[in-house]
Amino acid sequence: MHSILKTSLAALTAAGIATSAHAEAHALSGDLKIISDMSNPAPRAVIEGLVADFGEMHPDLNIELTVVDREAWKTQIRNALGANPPDVVNWYAANRMGPYVEAGLFEDISDMYENGDLPGLESVKGAMTLDGKQWGVPYTYYQWGIYYREDIFNELGLSEPATFEEELANCEKIVASGRACYAIGTKFLWTAGGWFDYLNMRTNGFDFHMQLARGEVEWTDDRVRETFANWRKIIDMGGYIADHQSYSWQEALNFMTDGEAAAYLIGNFAVPPLREAGLTDDQIDFYQFPTIADVPQGEDAPTDTFHIPSGAANKDNARAFLQFVTSAEVQTAINGGDALGQLPVNAESSVDADEFLEQGFEMLSNNAQGGVAQFFDRDFPAEMASVGMEGLQEFMVFPDNLDDILERLEDARQRIYQ
Amino acid sequence: MSFTSTSAPPVERGWYKRNEIAITPWLFLFPAMLFFAVYVIIPIGQSFWISFHQWDGLGEATWVGTDNYERLLTDDRKFTTSFWNNLKWLVLYLLAIPMGLFISLFLNQTVFGIRLYKSLFFFPFVISQVVVGLVFSWFYLPREGLLNAVLALFGAGPVNILGDPTMATYGIIAAGLWPQTAYCMILYLTGLNAVDPEQVEAARLDGARGWKMLWFVILPQLKPATFIAFVVTIIGALRSFDLISVMTNGGPFGSTRVLSFYMFEESLSEFGFRMGYGAAIAVVLFFIMLGFIVYFLWSMYQDEKGGH
Repeated sequence: MHSILKTSLAALTAAGIATSAHAEAHALSGDLKIISDMSNPAPRAVIEGLVADFGEMHPDLNIELTVVDREAWKTQIRNALGANPPDVVNWYAANRMGPYVEAGLFEDISDMYENGDLPGLESVKGAMTLDGKQWGVPYTYYQWGIYYREDIFNELGLSEPATFEEELANCEKIVASGRACYAIGTKFLWTAGGWFDYLNMRTNGFDFHMQLARGEVEWTDDRVRETFANWRKIIDMGGYIADHQSYSWQEALNFMTDGEAAAYLIGNFAVPPLREAGLTDDQIDFYQFPTIADVPQGEDAPTDTFHIPSGAANKDNARAFLQFVTSAEVQTAINGGDALGQLPVNAESSVDADEFLEQGFEMLSNNAQGGVAQFFDRDFPAEMASVGMEGLQEFMVFPDNLDDILERLEDARQRIYQ
Repeated sequence: MSFTSTSAPPVERGWYKRNEIAITPWLFLFPAMLFFAVYVIIPIGQSFWISFHQWDGLGEATWVGTDNYERLLTDDRKFTTSFWNNLKWLVLYLLAIPMGLFISLFLNQTVFGIRLYKSLFFFPFVISQVVVGLVFSWFYLPREGLLNAVLALFGAGPVNILGDPTMATYGIIAAGLWPQTAYCMILYLTGLNAVDPEQVEAARLDGARGWKMLWFVILPQLKPATFIAFVVTIIGALRSFDLISVMTNGGPFGSTRVLSFYMFEESLSEFGFRMGYGAAIAVVLFFIMLGFIVYFLWSMYQDEKGGH
């Protein structure tokens, strides 16, 4: 595998210097085959718009766009990258790229970052890096944090908590008022991963969390137990809605819109459905996950990406498209409130004037000194993530099973990272 | 093919003509055998082969011998859970047979509109398993679900069947029984049409009625229908994948997995990159199925022998 990487790297640098430096200025010709997983209504309009604009810039280019269902793509990508792959595909940053990078299926595009083809992407480069090389470009990301019912907080006289003690004190009052503090739907497991990410990053710090993700720390470590002990405080006071293992994250939103739960730790993608459910911006607000120990705050900000399969036929065109998508103007446009409604990856882009995007951008730029993580299922290797999230869900329902769960996870860790 | 010229006297017939009787059946069998080999036999062999490797489905496979099986059979709790769930499915799914028989006896009469009633009872088998799964998961919903509404009428507390690891599997089996009972019912209804009225008449003259009539006169005549119902129910229990996927996705905490779902999860799902391990599960499942298949074939063979 090593030699494949080396040769492809050499071939790439040669091709890269020749074409990509001024690719945007030259009109491209030939074909460009894109398979995208942006299948939800708003993202679909975005990718279709991107293809239309890119086609207008290069009239001789024949672009073929296939939009695949986002969930289905998670399993289909393997087949798509194998024989006769497209030129551009969607995927996710960090360790989620791992299996495809190791198998040599993603193109190494480190040279594009090095020779200045991707201005403004320096800060997000890390999420695209594995083995010291970059394997794709991001096109959007979003913050995680606690979205809460401002009107309920006002009614109970609560304010945004900054520390975990304040958080717990708030929660006690919310529970006393007959509500649950947090809505969550763990049927598909990953939402529990968000809670673990934050509790662990706040209890033990970002670096420890990443060590755990890399398999360098035992799951039975006392520091991990401390994270779970903090988590248990919320579980024991009845902080979470009942029967959350039966709901998806969307179904659990109802608890928040009905006022039965006061807050929800979730990504910014939850804001549009909350607004559609009739909540006004006066009723919802956002705060950063409170601090627990005295460690620099780490944040979850999952990044969605574009990649070039290593077997692509039109790599030069694909590179030009990646450049186009990440350019400052395009980033501003596609991440606006009327499009994706998320954060642009290019430092020179502007964030849309939206209460939540502005707060999120501010938080990630100034208040995430610990570092920015992707998300439990993107930072941990695939197998560890799936075993792990199942254990986290079990812990949330039966916290007494903790020892058993941790032993199981430790067993999985020893097998997976060997 | 030999070259027989048309002008020469036909002293010697063509090779095909000479062997026609022996060859023709094989010619007719050939397409089926080819497809059976390509789509069934060879993949089975490949699964066996992959199960001795560690492979993520993308890169190179490494030979690990029987490691996968050792892990599977010694210390894999997910496998144990899945295996026991498979057994629960096999045993409880058989309830569809007596239930189907009962409904078919009940519907086997001539009253006005009986065809409509029959088709209503058959309806659940016609709709997709995915729809059945969705309907039942709404029925079981912890707060809004119809089940809890009914229970509340009797003052019983709310239950979250699909969220409780001890009950979830039974909840899914109950959902599966709904269409499966309809299937068994239609098999018995056709069987009942073939019951000899003279035997029933004769039995009646001898004073047989009620359970005795059913047990000694009707049921023996329904034996072929019972056999088919048994076969389709066992097969149905072993392919319970779709209901589980729709209703619980294997959860809560993996308590509703069966072997086929576990196999899918390990090798083909979003986070599944263990092709070798998945293949090993597939092989185990294959041997379990093989047991039933051999039994079915054997009893069919016995029947054939008895018939002639």
